[in-house]
Amino acid sequence: MNPPETTEAAEQTRAKMRHETSPAAHLVIQPSRGWEGLGIRELWRYRELVYFLTWRDVKVRYKQTLLGAAWAILQPVLTMLIFSIIFGELARLPSEGFPYPIFTYTALLPWQLFAFALSNSSNSLVGSTNLVSKVYFPRLVIPIASVLPALVDFAISFVVLAGMMIYFRITLTPRILWLPLFLALALATALAVGIWLSALNVEYRDVRYVVPFLTLFWQYATPVAYSSTLIPAKWRLLYGLNPMTGVVEGFRWALLGKGDIGDLLWVSAAIVTLLLVSGVAYFRRMEASFADVI
Amino acid sequence: MTETAIRVEHLSKRYRIGGPQTSYKTLRETLVSAVSAPSRWLKRGSDGPRTFWALDDVSFEIGQGEAVGIIGRNGAGKSTLLKILSRITRPTRGRAELFGRVSALLEVGTGFHGELTGRENVFLNGAILGMRRQEIMRKFDQIVDFAGIEQFLDTPVKYYSSGMYVRLAFAVAAHLEPEILVVDEVLAVGDAEFQKKCLNKMGTAAREGRTVLFVSHNMSAIQDLCENAFWLDRGRVVFSGNAKATVAAYLSKHAREVKEQHWNDLASAPGNETVRLVYAGIQAEAGLDPNYWTVETPLRLTFRIFNYRPDLPLYLNFQLYNQEGVCVFNTASGRRTHDYGEVEGTCTIPANLLNDNTYAVTFMAHYRGTPGVSLVDALVFEINDVGREGLDYYGKWIGATRPKLDWRVHHLGRAPETTDN
Repeated sequence: MNPPETTEAAEQTRAKMRHETSPAAHLVIQPSRGWEGLGIRELWRYRELVYFLTWRDVKVRYKQTLLGAAWAILQPVLTMLIFSIIFGELARLPSEGFPYPIFTYTALLPWQLFAFALSNSSNSLVGSTNLVSKVYFPRLVIPIASVLPALVDFAISFVVLAGMMIYFRITLTPRILWLPLFLALALATALAVGIWLSALNVEYRDVRYVVPFLTLFWQYATPVAYSSTLIPAKWRLLYGLNPMTGVVEGFRWALLGKGDIGDLLWVSAAIVTLLLVSGVAYFRRMEASFADVI
Repeated sequence: MTETAIRVEHLSKRYRIGGPQTSYKTLRETLVSAVSAPSRWLKRGSDGPRTFWALDDVSFEIGQGEAVGIIGRNGAGKSTLLKILSRITRPTRGRAELFGRVSALLEVGTGFHGELTGRENVFLNGAILGMRRQEIMRKFDQIVDFAGIEQFLDTPVKYYSSGMYVRLAFAVAAHLEPEILVVDEVLAVGDAEFQKKCLNKMGTAAREGRTVLFVSHNMSAIQDLCENAFWLDRGRVVFSGNAKATVAAYLSKHAREVKEQHWNDLASAPGNETVRLVYAGIQAEAGLDPNYWTVETPLRLTFRIFNYRPDLPLYLNFQLYNQEGVCVFNTASGRRTHDYGEVEGTCTIPANLLNDNTYAVTFMAHYRGTPGVSLVDALVFEINDVGREGLDYYGKWIGATRPKLDWRVHHLGRAPETTDN
């Protein structure tokens, strides 16, 4: 077609643009080829979008809810009270020598982080229809950004834990330095499952009914309200396949100085890695059709 | 010598019928179909029957620094093309190559959140459009200035008027600095003055050497902004060239459509001293797309006549001719007398009667077997094709009409036993 005007301004802009964006300046658009790479590099380029979407979710939630940050405290505290009364006082389940409230609260912290992150991320893509159908960016940004706001609630409810530890006179050990690792494992578990479910949710809207049930079921399969010592030894390995068991035991180990976590951590980490990589691969495979189906 | 900015080769996109909104499944459906027809479930990625081609073998090339317009009716494939070029969706076949950083504006204010303030939304929206935080901070003042909303910067945008909202949203988008800018009809919003400002901004982008691909129904905007244009119809490029020539070609075809005619001056209205036609109009039934009609669109024709003779029985009729000049049908109202004054007659053409074609209506009003009014081309309209449910045939559907008739096909039980005695 026609050659463009070659004014000085135009030349300057073009030179500047070449300079600014020289990499990735060539893009080929083709039909989906099925299994694609994990797209981690591109995801990294969009890290600021992850930050902004997370920030939006946190901001909007605290602006819209009446009690705001109080929810982050009320939820685990009320649950802790119920568990302490039913399992501690009435059922008199063992708590490995710790007061039941703090025994269950140390588990509730990562559990609620996980449950909150999971329910957010599994609905995240379907809840972002307008973005998905109007703008391009790596879609993985959406489930990732939906997992992170759970950290804010976690931080708030952690303050309560600090108070309880002082009240129950529990001394800290250097083991607490391992806590971020278990926190990361909880987030990674939520993200891995969330990535699977968010992609499945685009095609099968049943997922939204499955998630609450899954979360409830999962909670009973994790030693949140009870002690893992209740599980017979022969089932321990199977039980350990649940990565949240590793997380919860890790939290009790790091905060309360309970027992030994042993191989549990490695089993959990391996399972989560497997879930995460397969989830991302599945997500990337389905990504091409999200905008058409959602 | 111009370097290529966008090269599109044999690009095609197939969609499932039912629209994007309804094509997700429930698990139950998948399980049921997997059980009842396992082979089809396994092949579901391949040529399903309920599909149509939104884009059909489109090829073109755009040089760097060119501003090119795309015109065409609703459903012609313009948005699909933009969605592919902006990587929102993938093509089914073919390929596109883009040389340069691309920004696509298919909507202004994507991701704006009502609870957040104007300032917060600028950052959020900028990030969604692919800007770096540094870049947004650098341009922040310019953006606010362009939008002209300084004093509301810290007010949640849910309290903005729609005009302010759009101005802020466009201001963010206008400060993207891509090499290739893909713009859908986002300028159809906002007041006239702001629209002009936006068009200027895009004109500047083009003059600065950016490549602009611009979809619009606004023919004068296309002619002002673009040197070249192409016209998409039913997923194919039917005309391309200089913007003015493309717009002229497009208008000459579509100016033929006459969906409404008024005759305000009775004396010169078509007819005679017994009856005159004062209005003829055709529209889709309420709730349907008013502009884009398919073989599945029920249509309502309205005729208003002025009746001078209350003593004489009268009937209305019209004939429908297709592009080939064939009279598809002739239909008439019952015959009766009416009071002096305006009389309105309506008639509905049901869905699934007409084939895709261009139709012309010849209207008549009769007294005693002679036409008081007889007007050729009283209305001219176009009917479009739709995908065909349950059939894997995509060619032109032949026939003057295309009724949906009741078919019953069933197996007659076992083969009759041979009597070998």
